[in-house]
Amino acid sequence: MGLVSWIIAAPFLTMVAIVFVPERHWRMIRWIAAVGTGIGLILTCVLTYRYWMAASADLETLRTATMTKLYLVERVAWFKPLGIQYLVGVDGISVSMVILTSLIIFCGVLASWNVEVRTKEFFALLLLLVSGVFGVFLSFDLFLFFMFYELAVLPMYLLIGIWGTGPKEYAAMKLTLMLLVGSAFVLVGFLALFHQSGLHTFDLQQLGSIEYSDRFQWWFFPMIFVGFGVLGALFPFHTWSPDGHSSAPTAVSMLHAGVLMKLGGYGALRIAVYLLPEGAKEWGLFFMALTTINILYGAFGAITQRDLKYFTAYSSVSHCGFVLFGVATLNLMGFKGAVLQMFSHGIMTGLFFGLIGMVYGRTHTRIIPDMGGLAKVMPWLAACFYIAGLASLGLPGLSGFVAETHVFLGGFFGNAWTNVTIMRILTVTATFSIVVTAVYVLRGLATAFQGPITDPHFEKLTDATLTEKLATGILVATLLFVGCFPWLIIDLIEPALYPFVNRLH
Amino acid sequence: MDGDSGWMMQHAWLIPALPLVSFAVVGLLISPYWKKGAGVIATLSIVASMVCAYVLAWEYFTLYPAGGEHPILVPWSFEWLRYQPGLAANVGVLVDPISLLLMIVVTTVSALVHIYSNAYMHGDYGFGRYFTFLNLFTFSMLGLVVAPDIIQMYVCWELVGVSSFLLIGFYYNKPSAVAASKKAFIVTRFADLGFLVGVLLLSFYGYRIFPDWSAEVGAVANGLAGTQPVDFQYLNDPVFLAKFAALDTTFLGISLLTLSMCLVFMGAAGKSAMFPLHIWLPDAMEGPTPVSALIHAATMVVAGVYLVARLFPAFAFSGTAALLVAYVGAFTSLFAAVIGTTQDDIKRVLAFSTLSQLGYMMLALGVSTAEHTLGYTASMFHLFTHAFFKALLFMGAGAVIHAVHTNSIWEMGGLWRKMPITHITFLVATLAISGIWPFAGFFSKDEILAAALGSGHYVIFGVAVLVAGLTAFYMFRIYFVTFWGKGRGAGAAHAHEAPALMWMPMALLAVLSAVTGFFPMAEYVHLGEAEGHHGINLAVVIPATLFALIGIAMAASLYIGDGHRAVALAKMLGSVHQTIKQKFYIDEVYLFITHRIIFHRIARPIAWFDKRMVDGGVDASGWATRSGGRALSLLQTGQVQTYGLWFTGGVAFVVLILWSALV
Repeated sequence: MGLVSWIIAAPFLTMVAIVFVPERHWRMIRWIAAVGTGIGLILTCVLTYRYWMAASADLETLRTATMTKLYLVERVAWFKPLGIQYLVGVDGISVSMVILTSLIIFCGVLASWNVEVRTKEFFALLLLLVSGVFGVFLSFDLFLFFMFYELAVLPMYLLIGIWGTGPKEYAAMKLTLMLLVGSAFVLVGFLALFHQSGLHTFDLQQLGSIEYSDRFQWWFFPMIFVGFGVLGALFPFHTWSPDGHSSAPTAVSMLHAGVLMKLGGYGALRIAVYLLPEGAKEWGLFFMALTTINILYGAFGAITQRDLKYFTAYSSVSHCGFVLFGVATLNLMGFKGAVLQMFSHGIMTGLFFGLIGMVYGRTHTRIIPDMGGLAKVMPWLAACFYIAGLASLGLPGLSGFVAETHVFLGGFFGNAWTNVTIMRILTVTATFSIVVTAVYVLRGLATAFQGPITDPHFEKLTDATLTEKLATGILVATLLFVGCFPWLIIDLIEPALYPFVNRLH
Repeated sequence: MDGDSGWMMQHAWLIPALPLVSFAVVGLLISPYWKKGAGVIATLSIVASMVCAYVLAWEYFTLYPAGGEHPILVPWSFEWLRYQPGLAANVGVLVDPISLLLMIVVTTVSALVHIYSNAYMHGDYGFGRYFTFLNLFTFSMLGLVVAPDIIQMYVCWELVGVSSFLLIGFYYNKPSAVAASKKAFIVTRFADLGFLVGVLLLSFYGYRIFPDWSAEVGAVANGLAGTQPVDFQYLNDPVFLAKFAALDTTFLGISLLTLSMCLVFMGAAGKSAMFPLHIWLPDAMEGPTPVSALIHAATMVVAGVYLVARLFPAFAFSGTAALLVAYVGAFTSLFAAVIGTTQDDIKRVLAFSTLSQLGYMMLALGVSTAEHTLGYTASMFHLFTHAFFKALLFMGAGAVIHAVHTNSIWEMGGLWRKMPITHITFLVATLAISGIWPFAGFFSKDEILAAALGSGHYVIFGVAVLVAGLTAFYMFRIYFVTFWGKGRGAGAAHAHEAPALMWMPMALLAVLSAVTGFFPMAEYVHLGEAEGHHGINLAVVIPATLFALIGIAMAASLYIGDGHRAVALAKMLGSVHQTIKQKFYIDEVYLFITHRIIFHRIARPIAWFDKRMVDGGVDASGWATRSGGRALSLLQTGQVQTYGLWFTGGVAFVVLILWSALV
């Protein structure tokens, strides 16, 4: 079993370990979860290093490649009659997503330190889900991909339905059903690819080695793109997100908004654009227009929200719009911006939801106008909130800026197959979000954290505990790290994107 | 870099780096545990940075003496953000006369403000946080000043914006301060939208034209191989500008060069609070007074002027964009000066005065052309002198506010006896800003007026002369009301002189305000041939000084004594006075747009649409599925008789069809 398999297996094995611990030792359970995800984080570092060593050697060949080059590949035939394999490996995009997932789940476990209801089942399901997420990012066989994809979506139903708040059953049902409709589209697309290729395989690279007819691409690109788009909060299929996120418990919202929504953008790029480049050229402008709506609509939607979680969820709709917008620009900067935005938004929104959980645990309200002046009693949490907010409005020095300028430049530079003027108009329209985002972020945070303390019992609240400081500190440090040393992560991602661009030509 | 350049030149990155390191150290390690140490360390780091800036300037001007050629050097840079091959943003340090000028201004004023703040903020609940933010600001501002490319400029531009936001909202449980900080950030952010689109345009066409340019100028042979399409040196290059301006593509009939420069100017206008984006600056006075002195008078607000100066060749090449700069600047200087005559809050008068003076600097840049660059020199000169006397005015106001605990000039009065040092320094600064010989403002303002007159823009010249009179009037108005007459408020009675840590920086600034006018700026800051405005141009000096003296005389006649004449005049002017006092109701217009239109007509309907229509659609599909299922489930009653009935019916139906088919 190679390193990549170990990364997928680590959360799963941790889950198994947790299953065998009696419920009454709930303190031990959370320690096991923390250690297990911590090991995952270490494995991720090793993976990054090994990928980097291997990939930096063939940087030049990648520049002209039209096929994704995988590293640390493990391939086992699984179900021969249908050509299904266990095929895992990494490229630059996966490795950045794996880093994101490892960070979020580790911090998510720390942020759930106080889950006392059914601790065992909670952590077990959470870790199962994470295994699925790692699987999606690391598998390169469509069937395996789809299996992990479902594994990542389904435990969400239980996690929200049992540990959630508010109208949790409704939210859980809505989220699951909408995402399943999306996966149905994706599944149909996969099967169509399987048949159309006639290669009798689900191997992504082999499927990518042939050209599909324009007519086929025209029909199936939007199908797969929208199928993934549902998970990526593509307008108008985004409404599972506000309800789902606001009902979910802290770690689940962190993971869901931070990582799961990225599966959408990831799939759209990895599969839809990679396999169906002609379809992408035909539909690029349409999806650019749709995601422009996403970006502004989410931002304006966030202005009037009163609940911190709804507020963040709408902001996620806006920011995930940047991911799909970047994918739809069909050029190197756009793709890179999309991947960077996935990373950046993942960390940022994970931080947001983690913080909301911490604040809610103290104030027992998430309604913004009911709070006020909290910065005085919880300076650490307020500072982290502001950093997350500034990252979300694209402040340079934090990761959001790097991602957003890539996306804007990508949209503005345009590509050879689309009307560049319309692309520019859409891009300039999308840039208005930087102002709207500033409006809702500053309004929301100023009401909650600044001004005089509105409720006398807030005076007695305490600031973050050590665990909470660790969890938020790691995420803040990551935001700063990516914002200040962007070339490190760009060097990781960029080589993997050349094939995507070259295939379009 | 060649080997004979000095040590400081090779380590010029230290100038912004010192405040950055101090920001991190003070913010994370020191301020939570040792309040007093935060102030000391923050101050020392800025002083060190200031010394470095002076040494750098000395090295540069030793290498390239005054009056000669002053090349642009980039002694240190590295690739920071690679967007795609051939388009990357560098981070680096650019050294040329104007960046040195700004480095000196920023570090000097910042160091003095840091020293002053140690006393002013003494005992405040956020002492450590204050110095952390102040260091962050200084770092960002220095990063902006030394930016070798437009991306670094934009990055630091946003960072100074956020430091300003943090410092305006420093008293975070005071609602008015919180509102002012939001307003400042959002208004400048809106302006930055223009800047951003300008950057997108410049990057795209810069990138597109780059290969042509590179071939034409022989970039590789001339050692320009490392140039990026976003570097200022490239964007200001005449070959590039000619190619850019010659493009066929236009936008609504405007050439793309002009369009991008106008968009960039929108960003500059936001940061330098030009009309109509000026509304944030008067409110920004909610921040602690030393912050106003540093950020909202001497340094950050001149970033817009600096940006225009940095891209001056491009603005001048466009011509139209430069004219826009000139007229916006001239209008703002008049508009703000008029409002300044009616405000009661000492800091707000100074804020409007800052607006007006920034308008001066802008108009000076706008009236100059590639051939007549006197305005360029004049603008930088005025930036230099203004930084000192305006910072001093704010520090003086701070000392007064510190003593009397109010901002309203009508509750002050008679302070000259109680605060003699503050009084003298304030008077020096007031004379300087009013343009009275031999104080600094006289020389720089004189040069701006000469540039306006020389350019042939007589309207602008007329406005500028009128503004000179208005400036003297409103400045002497607050001077007389604050320091002369009898103490009016309770605070004024118990006022006392500021502590030494406060008055010493003020005294130093007073000296600078008095003497910097004699600095031969044209020898150091010029484009092309040094075009000095030597000697005194009587056509400029006579009207300017005359207007200033009339202004002072009017202020004296209205405001010395009990001020009944001023009240009578205000009553006589009635609604005119009221309109001016309400700042021409611009704030109300903004409030209407943001609240009534954006909030109620856009954001609310979108939220409603999302809840009712989009989400309603989702719920409706769920409901349809469920009710469909329920309707079908009615068929499954579990009663054999019903099933039998359906069965019989079905059979009968089939038989009927078969029968009819057969027959």
